[in-house]
Amino acid sequence: MKRVKITVSILLALWMLGFCVLPSGATPGAAESEQAPGRGMAQQATKGAKRWITADHSKHEALKQPFASGPEVTKACLSCHSEAAAQIHKTIHWTWVDSASPNDKPMGKGALTVNNYCVSIHGNEPRCTSCHIGYGWKDKSFDFTDASKVDCLVCHEQTGTYKKHPAGAGNPAKEPVVFPGDGQKYLPPEWNQVAQSVGRPTRENCGVCHFYGGGGDMVKHGDLDSSMTKPNKALDVHMGIDGKNFDCTRCHTTAAHQVAGRIYSTPAATERKTLAQDDLTPRITCESCHTATPHKPGVKANDHTDKVACQTCHIPEFARALPTKMRWDWSTAGQKKDGKPYKEKGPLGTPVYDTQKGNFVWEKNVKPQYYWYNGSIDAVSLKDPIDPTQPVALNWPVGRPDDPNARIAPFKVHTGKQPYDTVNKTMLVPHLFGPPGSDAYWAKYDWKVALESGQKKAGLAFSGQFDFVETSYVFPTTHMVAPKEKSVSCNECHTKEDGRLAAIQGVYLPGRDGNRIIEFMGWAAVLGSFAGVVLHALGRAVSRRRKEG
Amino acid sequence: MNANETCKMVNIYLYTRYERFWHWLQSAMILILLATGFETNGVYTLLGFKNAFDVHNFVGITWLIAFAFFVFWVFTTGEWRQYIPTTKKMLLVVRYYMYGIFRGEPHPVPKRRDAKHNPLQRLVYLSLAAFLLPLQMLSGLLYWSYNSWGAWGLGWMSLKVVAAVHLAGGFAILSFLIVHIYMITTGHSLSAHTRAMVCGWEEVEEREAVEEWEIKSRVKTPA
Repeated sequence: MKRVKITVSILLALWMLGFCVLPSGATPGAAESEQAPGRGMAQQATKGAKRWITADHSKHEALKQPFASGPEVTKACLSCHSEAAAQIHKTIHWTWVDSASPNDKPMGKGALTVNNYCVSIHGNEPRCTSCHIGYGWKDKSFDFTDASKVDCLVCHEQTGTYKKHPAGAGNPAKEPVVFPGDGQKYLPPEWNQVAQSVGRPTRENCGVCHFYGGGGDMVKHGDLDSSMTKPNKALDVHMGIDGKNFDCTRCHTTAAHQVAGRIYSTPAATERKTLAQDDLTPRITCESCHTATPHKPGVKANDHTDKVACQTCHIPEFARALPTKMRWDWSTAGQKKDGKPYKEKGPLGTPVYDTQKGNFVWEKNVKPQYYWYNGSIDAVSLKDPIDPTQPVALNWPVGRPDDPNARIAPFKVHTGKQPYDTVNKTMLVPHLFGPPGSDAYWAKYDWKVALESGQKKAGLAFSGQFDFVETSYVFPTTHMVAPKEKSVSCNECHTKEDGRLAAIQGVYLPGRDGNRIIEFMGWAAVLGSFAGVVLHALGRAVSRRRKEG
Repeated sequence: MNANETCKMVNIYLYTRYERFWHWLQSAMILILLATGFETNGVYTLLGFKNAFDVHNFVGITWLIAFAFFVFWVFTTGEWRQYIPTTKKMLLVVRYYMYGIFRGEPHPVPKRRDAKHNPLQRLVYLSLAAFLLPLQMLSGLLYWSYNSWGAWGLGWMSLKVVAAVHLAGGFAILSFLIVHIYMITTGHSLSAHTRAMVCGWEEVEEREAVEEWEIKSRVKTPA
């Protein structure tokens, strides 16, 4: 009888315990086999994308005629695609100016933007504009309204043989020539072959410029370099050739040649909509395909999406395949060995010193820095006053913790040391690139001359007095999304010890934040209680011994 | 041993099966919650933040639901009367623990089936069951449901404040626990109280009668 009673009570206890845990447990075993809804949504949204065209450009007579230059090809393109150049002329790919920026302070490479790489294109056009989708932007006289100057091929050709000369102002080489900067031979294109190959832009097309920004591979973004031409899934789940194998335009959706993406202070998207809410929404945000609650129901990460960008957890490090430049110190440029300019390579196989450019720091597998970010990046212009007594942020993510559109997002922060005007308190444009004998820094290695020339070409004042100032420049980290197993774990932020988000303000972060007063009083109470009972126990022991004795 | 030698000891059935089950279940949950809670707060690392957090939430919600059964039990059995606070003999009890206990004096308010809490216990357990624990559950539930605040019209609340209240509650419970565990040893033998909470039976000194004010009365005494 007693055994029955005990059995019954144990069963009762177990039943109650089971009942108690049911609602929060919600059969974890069953959910494990299903995948997260956000993945399912994205797979549905992107599967079976077979694109087709009704034109074979190799059969078009217009592309069979002999061509001697890019503009001739463009005219042939426009003979059918009559509106293409007009569309291109409105894009930032063409203007290099943010059309949303104020008229008195236009921002963009073609305007007053300043970075801490080669600083500015002014005076350096022929070199910089080798990445312009046009032909012949060699100085301020370039005609931005000329339709024939649009370079259709750089984005659309599919042979992989079309190369603009690195210092040709956007033109390919007219005859075989070696560029001293990289020692490579540049050949004139096989115009007909190239023109007849055209198709939708691939990673190779975009990568020609965007993987090589800042003058070379791996220099600028940290999440975009030549390793992204054919990445594996471990490097980028979306673009990995063993993964989803996306082209850039899969997310950077395009309408009338306007490619979705952030343009300086204009966010890539202002509305967080999914394809289910609007099937024509640009796929530029993670949420477009993955929704705002992509994880399995009950997973805490779903509760983070109001404050934390997807990229923050899903891109644990950038530059995971190749190193990226993290610092550029112009102030040490100009040193020579035996009277000659020289280069020195560091442990990562990348240059750490170059007479032309100064010192570099490269890093691989870099943890991003984190800022509140609403999709907009603000910047100092070449006309803005700066405070040289502290490091100058040349640009910075915009966003406040109380902004519902802001998230904590990852960034590459590139630091530098570069010239500024000590009298006018503005950043300065050096004229870097030019033929021997010109005022360019790489010709005479004379900063004052180069700065005077650069400022003049930019139409800006120069007092003649300059020095070097610490600067920083941010790039949002959004590519190189890692497989989910590699995402950032909770304790990398929820920790008191130097977590990833140690510097993030405006949000209470459990595990990082506490309450000093309550902690002090709390431990005092706990220790007080402990001391109290110890004393009391001692008192009892002593009094008992006395009594027994 | 410290009992009055002239007193006769009797065994009384003090804690019913559910009561004991509830006590030990709740103590297990509180211990787990304290351990994982302080880890989540960043005091130390044992399970790792994610595991500590998951366990804390799971056990916290479990506690909340199980507590509803306790509330049901305490009201349907009339046991709530054991928690009615009183000031009678309060000072005697305080004096006992501060002085009498060292002299081997008998407890001024020994346990009885109908009066298992002395005036000090009544006050402490009432504060605990009616105030501190529910406050901890409420602040924990709010903390847990932080993302729904906006939808519930609670957008004005501050996570920092809720977290601070929850943390303060945790410290208060930990302090209580230390004193409580020590007080277990103050029975007529070191293990008498523990034994009672395991088996239900406790040996207490026999007294002629429980004083009237102590008895949990089902009949309201006319004013």
